[in-house]
Amino acid sequence: MEALKISHLNKNYGRQTILNDINMTLEPGKIYGLLGRNGAGKSTLLNLIVNRILPNSGTIKLGNDDINDNDAALTQFYLMSEVSLYPKHVTLKQMWEMADLSYGSFNFNRARRLLKEFDIQDENVKLSNLSTGLQTAAKLIVALSVNANYVFLDEPILGLDANHRDVFYQELLKAYEENVKTYVLSTHLIEEIQQLVEHIFILDNEKITVDADVDDLLAEMFVISGPAMLVEEYVKDQNVLGTRSLAGIKTAFVRGALSEEKEIPDQIQIKHPDLQQAFIYLTKK
Amino acid sequence: MQFEFDQTEPIYQQIADQLEDMIFTGLLKEGEQAPSTTQLSQELHINPATVLKGMRQLVDRGLLEKHRGLGMFVAAGAQAKIVEERKDTFYETYIKSLLEEASKLGITEEHLIELIKRGYQDGSIKNQSPE
Repeated sequence: MEALKISHLNKNYGRQTILNDINMTLEPGKIYGLLGRNGAGKSTLLNLIVNRILPNSGTIKLGNDDINDNDAALTQFYLMSEVSLYPKHVTLKQMWEMADLSYGSFNFNRARRLLKEFDIQDENVKLSNLSTGLQTAAKLIVALSVNANYVFLDEPILGLDANHRDVFYQELLKAYEENVKTYVLSTHLIEEIQQLVEHIFILDNEKITVDADVDDLLAEMFVISGPAMLVEEYVKDQNVLGTRSLAGIKTAFVRGALSEEKEIPDQIQIKHPDLQQAFIYLTKK
Repeated sequence: MQFEFDQTEPIYQQIADQLEDMIFTGLLKEGEQAPSTTQLSQELHINPATVLKGMRQLVDRGLLEKHRGLGMFVAAGAQAKIVEERKDTFYETYIKSLLEEASKLGITEEHLIELIKRGYQDGSIKNQSPE
């Protein structure tokens, strides 16, 4: 498997810039998170990668080959589709057959097993007759059974209840273990995927603003709280992303290594944020 | 087997710590097979690379060993090794924070020693006979 490399990618609709000079590399066999607020351009980026829409400039390459109009490359990419892109009366089984036709070697056995895991009775049910959550489940079944090396999951947990989210996480890791490929989870619901993804990209204000391993990113972010005056003094020279105050207690969110020389007052508490907190402060307007 | 995670440390570190604890308490015995990366990853919904990073720490410390084709096993002498390591850091991790808290509370040295003795007299904690 080869790496997917995106260079200087730009996309605008009319005068509105959606993506501005995007550079990123996806390595084979990793689980990535693509995070961004609503309307940040996550779906546009994914649609560009699978060649459903075209950029205004920039390149997307798999290994050394441009993916544009390149069937050999594009049959290695699967983007979980929006419901509206399927024919109106499509059944789940037909969705599987379509994926088998385009990508070959569709894993029908896994698809049938997943159907049961997601409590869907029958493979002949119509996609449009399912609830929002089960439509997501039906699309996930295809995405987890399709024969593609790069699988892009756009809002994979939209509408799924807690039990079905659990099924999804477990089955994603199972599929990943059986057949190592690259998965990209694009979402703004971060809390639950924090431990699933190894590396994240944050898309904010048209650009990739964070490109880091989750461990590394969280290791260099700090939540510092204590009496307001002490906290203000302590974070004076730091890169403070935001603060909160509650009854004389101040909490500062800081990115970057803390000074080794500066003594930490006893009343000050320092922790690392979780990915959700980190995301909020990294994408604040 | 029960794993719990919080935000104090990176997840891989917490996996390493909790596996260490299982060896220390004897939940995982020497020579026994440790849970596999796959099991832990799927059970805990954690990226396998993260689980592996945690387990590798224990391999590097000689607590787990890889048997080719079979998986990870608790190394002979692992428990004793952990006991030795924890004795070495006992002063730093426990005694120092105990003294700091005592001093914040205005507890004197005599009073603290008194309290420690009372703890032993309670009978719930056995005094180890000198070796």
